[in-house]
Amino acid sequence: MMFSLLWTDILVWGLLSVLLFFGWGASRSEQIKKQWHAIFKSSIAMASAIILFFYLFFTLLDSVHVRFAMEPTKTKSEQVQYSEIVSLLDLIFAHNIQSTERTYSAPFATHEYTKSIIVDEHGVTKQEYLPLKHISKKAHSLQKSFIAVMIGLAISIMFILVHIFWRSGKGFKNEFKLIMQGNTKLPWRTAYGMIIFLIILCTWFYMLSFDYHVLGTDKVGGDVLYQSLKSIRTGVLIGILTTLIMLPVAILLGVSAGLFGGWVDDVIQYLYTTLSSIPGVLLIAAGVLSMQVMIGNNPTWFETTLERSDLRLLFLILILGITSWTGLCRLLRAETLKISQMEFVTAAKAFGVGRLTIIRRHIIPNLMHIILISVVLDFSGLVLAEAVLSYVGVGVDPTMHSWGNMINQARLEMARDPMVWWSLFSAFVFMFILVLAANLLSDRVQTVLDPRNKS
Amino acid sequence: MFAYILRRLIYAIPILIGVNLITFMLFFMVNSPDDMARVQLGAKQITPQMIQAWKEHRGYDKPLFINHNEEGISMLTETLFVTESLKLFSFDFGISDSNRNIGSDIQERMGPSLAIALPTFMIALITNISLALILVLFRGSVLDSTMMILAVMIMSISGLFYIIAGQVLFSKMWHWVPISGYESGWNGISFILLPVMIGVFSGIGSGVRWYRSIFLEQINQDYVRTARAKGLSELRVLFVHVLRNGMLPILTGVVVVIPTLFMGSLIMESFFGIPGLGSYTIDAISSQDFAIVKAMVFLGSMLYIVGLILTDISYTLFDPRVKL
Repeated sequence: MMFSLLWTDILVWGLLSVLLFFGWGASRSEQIKKQWHAIFKSSIAMASAIILFFYLFFTLLDSVHVRFAMEPTKTKSEQVQYSEIVSLLDLIFAHNIQSTERTYSAPFATHEYTKSIIVDEHGVTKQEYLPLKHISKKAHSLQKSFIAVMIGLAISIMFILVHIFWRSGKGFKNEFKLIMQGNTKLPWRTAYGMIIFLIILCTWFYMLSFDYHVLGTDKVGGDVLYQSLKSIRTGVLIGILTTLIMLPVAILLGVSAGLFGGWVDDVIQYLYTTLSSIPGVLLIAAGVLSMQVMIGNNPTWFETTLERSDLRLLFLILILGITSWTGLCRLLRAETLKISQMEFVTAAKAFGVGRLTIIRRHIIPNLMHIILISVVLDFSGLVLAEAVLSYVGVGVDPTMHSWGNMINQARLEMARDPMVWWSLFSAFVFMFILVLAANLLSDRVQTVLDPRNKS
Repeated sequence: MFAYILRRLIYAIPILIGVNLITFMLFFMVNSPDDMARVQLGAKQITPQMIQAWKEHRGYDKPLFINHNEEGISMLTETLFVTESLKLFSFDFGISDSNRNIGSDIQERMGPSLAIALPTFMIALITNISLALILVLFRGSVLDSTMMILAVMIMSISGLFYIIAGQVLFSKMWHWVPISGYESGWNGISFILLPVMIGVFSGIGSGVRWYRSIFLEQINQDYVRTARAKGLSELRVLFVHVLRNGMLPILTGVVVVIPTLFMGSLIMESFFGIPGLGSYTIDAISSQDFAIVKAMVFLGSMLYIVGLILTDISYTLFDPRVKL
């Protein structure tokens, strides 16, 4: 077995470590701690954060890629042959990848969705619904569901007990009582309820996925549940990485335009006016089209299709970043302009504090709320944009699992009667829950952090 | 006023040149004309002569930025960048890969695009503002909070869902309107109905929230208190005083959009089979027709800049304090 790092994996893990580092740094500041407490005081924000955490967990599971050494082949090549790159999520759902059906089947169906023509032993042709290949015939689904719920409950309660114990130490009993009464500083009761619900849902889906296609199968018989879960990584990556890649550019240009003024300001203003005057979708389309031709001209760059689609995703994220930094940059410039006129900056200047120190100690901390708000606000927009871009044909690689691609493929089947709805439905529901959670959290972040809301 | 508009128009020129430079770099530097020729010709054996002929046919046979074969100023003018830019600035968009004149195609397709985009824009504006005013009237009530939660939910659903659900419900199951197509004139109203309705509905969540926040910002101002103290009814305060004062921030967001309505909506038009500029662009993207995409980028940015200028002019019309 060999770990293999894709480009986006490196970014995801790098980003996570940077975030953890900052989180550790921030946790020592009383003021920031207070702000986060204020955000999570709302039980809606708490529940949304936990949903987002689950999505992030699946993203991370899908961002550890391994390759297995293949059986030594007859040709005596020195090199060890490796199999396809698979992620941890693929390993967990290995049974679903192997068990592809012939065509569409509805959720929990035992037979195919369309009739096929078969010839029976008497030589008579007839039309019949063929049974699915990978369904266990004798599944006691009720019994199994019960076991799944119990296992889920056990796992979640274990986590929760550990967490309560870690937080309270000796006053465990007292703390437990407070939580049950909903009498804690942060809404832990909601949080634990949400965790129990989500873990039970996951175990239930997972246990039943051995016996059924829980969310049905698509045109070529692929499992829809597996596809929806794989799409999480694409959506989350586009949502987070895009904003974080463009963040340094926006901060650097915005702050220097606001602080230095003069020709620097003029050049930067010209730059973002120009970029923002190009219609976003068209700029993205133009960028992706050019990239496609470039990749088409250099087929030797990539070993596997996975690496190709991964690099395409990275390019897409870069292009999205280029088109989306202008808005934040404009906001930061205006705010920097305002802050740099304030007394504490003048005082710092009078004391002879260097420019860099002023930026670091006085300006950036006062911009943090704008930056944070724009990161959470952009997230949901970007997740939704992915679906539209994939529909237009300038999104992620067609071989990559994404909600946009799922919708795009299922859309063609709308004309069928009765409709093939489950693929569309799963993609929309998975997307809706993620975006709703992000929107609710961003609302809360905005109300707490935006100083205009103080009144 | 006139001098101001002139100044703004002159200021727009460097921005358009910048837009042009960006698109030029995207289309010609990432993929050299030779690459484009190879992709376009698509034959198995491509000779340098064939590439040369294709480039001459398209007028792509000059160097990109500096022509070393020429002397003096024509070293810079006899290049692909300058000739291509001049063509765009004189609205000569050239011919597409399917040998059609892009300029006349655009003129033809503007009508259907507007037929969808203009009603959507108008109806959305009116419904969003009136809904927001109603919510502000009942602010803090159960109606307000439930509607706000509903608005977040409407916002969180992908626009594609509304289109697909609308088509399935209204066209496939109930047969109220045709599923797609277009006809000009009054007969075409049944084709327009569904896309307009969906367009309005999918924007209602974010729209109402935005207008509501604008009105709520106004409602804490001193002039509102004065108006109430004078004994004006709450309705009069809202619909006359708050609405008028909220006009300025609304104009900033709304007027910019008006010129770009010409560009149509990519998704809506392609789902409903409307022969507008949006579906034109989508077709160009999927067939990798660079000439059309380039023309649309230029047109879109130009319309956006026109929108910015219109915004400034509208300020003077609505706010007597602003003088240009």
